[in-house]
Amino acid sequence: MMNNEIEYISYLKHKGKFKGLFSWIFATDHKRIALLYLYAIVTFFFVGAILGLMMRLELIAPGETIMKPQTYNGIFTVHGVIMIFMVVIPGLSAVFGNFFLPILIGAKDVAFPKLNLFSWWIFIFGSILAVASQFLKHGPPDTGWTFYAPYSTATGTNVIMATTAAFVLGFSSILTGLNFIVTVHRMKASGMKFFNMPLFPWSIYATAWIQLLATPIIGITLLMLIAERMFGIGFFNPDLGGDPLLFQHLFWIYSHPAVYIMILPAMGVITEIIPTFCQRKVYGYKAIAFSSIAIAAVGFLVWGHHMYTSGMSEEARWFFSLLTFIVAVPSAIKVFNWISTMYKGSIDVKPPFLYALAFIFLFMIGGLTGLLLGSVATNIQVHDTSFIVAHFHYIIFGGMGFAFFAAIHYWLPKMYGRMYNFKRANIAWGIIFVGFNLLYFPQFIIGIQGMPRRYFDYLPQFQTGHVISTIGGFILITGLILMVYNLILGVRKGAIAPANPWNGSTLEWQIPSPPSLENFDEAPVVKKNPYDYI
Amino acid sequence: MSNNGSHITEYKVLARVLLVLMFFTFLTISVTSYNLASFTVTIALLIAGFKGFMVLTYFMHLKYESLLLRLLVSMIFLLFAAIVLITFIDYSYR
Repeated sequence: MMNNEIEYISYLKHKGKFKGLFSWIFATDHKRIALLYLYAIVTFFFVGAILGLMMRLELIAPGETIMKPQTYNGIFTVHGVIMIFMVVIPGLSAVFGNFFLPILIGAKDVAFPKLNLFSWWIFIFGSILAVASQFLKHGPPDTGWTFYAPYSTATGTNVIMATTAAFVLGFSSILTGLNFIVTVHRMKASGMKFFNMPLFPWSIYATAWIQLLATPIIGITLLMLIAERMFGIGFFNPDLGGDPLLFQHLFWIYSHPAVYIMILPAMGVITEIIPTFCQRKVYGYKAIAFSSIAIAAVGFLVWGHHMYTSGMSEEARWFFSLLTFIVAVPSAIKVFNWISTMYKGSIDVKPPFLYALAFIFLFMIGGLTGLLLGSVATNIQVHDTSFIVAHFHYIIFGGMGFAFFAAIHYWLPKMYGRMYNFKRANIAWGIIFVGFNLLYFPQFIIGIQGMPRRYFDYLPQFQTGHVISTIGGFILITGLILMVYNLILGVRKGAIAPANPWNGSTLEWQIPSPPSLENFDEAPVVKKNPYDYI
Repeated sequence: MSNNGSHITEYKVLARVLLVLMFFTFLTISVTSYNLASFTVTIALLIAGFKGFMVLTYFMHLKYESLLLRLLVSMIFLLFAAIVLITFIDYSYR
């Protein structure tokens, strides 16, 4: 496919219209935009992580430890807003979707490169607004990242600015989704149909539909909240004739599918890594592809399981419970297929594979505890306890976070043309895995015992769990720092990476590392299945 | 009328669609003077859905697109209907 006689210049060294910083922030190349997202998101992740550590320090002992209750309320809100809207929702899709979707389908860029750059600028503008809302005069919003009404219509903190930030960030998500849908429909290489398209593009495609269809709902909801605060229009506040449950419905109609915006690309990453490191054809290609679509579709209809204790009708509760159990089926299909792909495979335990294995383990714990929460009776028992905190961190961090780490270890040689140190990567993986479980698993236990979430103070009986959890937090951050240090060292001084270091069979491994500006010197013609192993 | 695979809709057709949309806008407002109880939202959504359908079909040329794209848009309408219906399982029985 490659014509090696043509002089090859990587996208990192390509001289465009601009120089220096401008050659990055005004780049329309999908790969440079992906790296812009990567640097921004990793920065925000560490800001969110430091806030999380501050919360853990506060909770190391009952009573006031390092901050006042109002500061604690602000910090858990900011932690949530940053992590959800600025890290996990855009994370995999904006970074690895941008970089690898066009390459994996044999295209030279996304369908609308300028719109892609515009999406990044909107993302940065929204992020600045979100961070600024924490420091301006009325103080950080103290509503939690869910902005529940009617409290959010009444609190004197910077709710309007934070919701405006989420509104703006939503536009970035919508435009990226639109771009990816058109790219998949219009720009696949000659010979590539939907059913010989790799499965990471499938997951990005399913995610893009959710981004496009669900995000406007949160946008409108947040505008309604702003209208109520500014003009006294009674949408949600019962005193004005509104219905607070309407806010919860609208909020979760978006925010539950948003969980799938986070997890579907993560599943796509894992589906790329497992066949490569097992040198096996994906087991049940069509089942995995259709399960992505099924998760995206059914995921739209289960939002009410966040609202079992809100006063919703009994009929709605059992209906949402039923649908929640149904959405577990396509997720389980993927897990079975990953395991089946490994069966009799020639397994090569390299860092990306270790992260993929950790993903399956942690996602299973998050998923199975999700089934407990899908059941109305147990949900009511543990609602608003730290059991919920543990569950969604196992899904979001254990799922999306570990898939992000898997993806960066898998594709870094392609993105930068350099290798990282495997031994250091394996040690970092071990520390992160242990730290993660020490941090979050005790929260399941103290949650069942009755430890409420979002509480600044607690009864002495919960202290052991909190101490273990805080120690885990520090172990986790140590591992994360080691991982990032190793990757940066690899990018700067690592050995030159070959074009196909993992013996992968998809298109990105058939081009040089790092790729050239337009990815392929000649438009590729696809004649085979993407996972062409035994 | 077709030109290199892209379709050009006649002004006459667009004008008729515009008139239909204006009529339904008028209907949206006038229907609010009647007390339709629990059907208020249903009627408003049906009118809005029909208007959306007209815009997509004629102004956005969906009528002349491939079956796959028409199916995808139909699925979105179906999804929207399902979301509204499920929300009202709560409101109707609360």
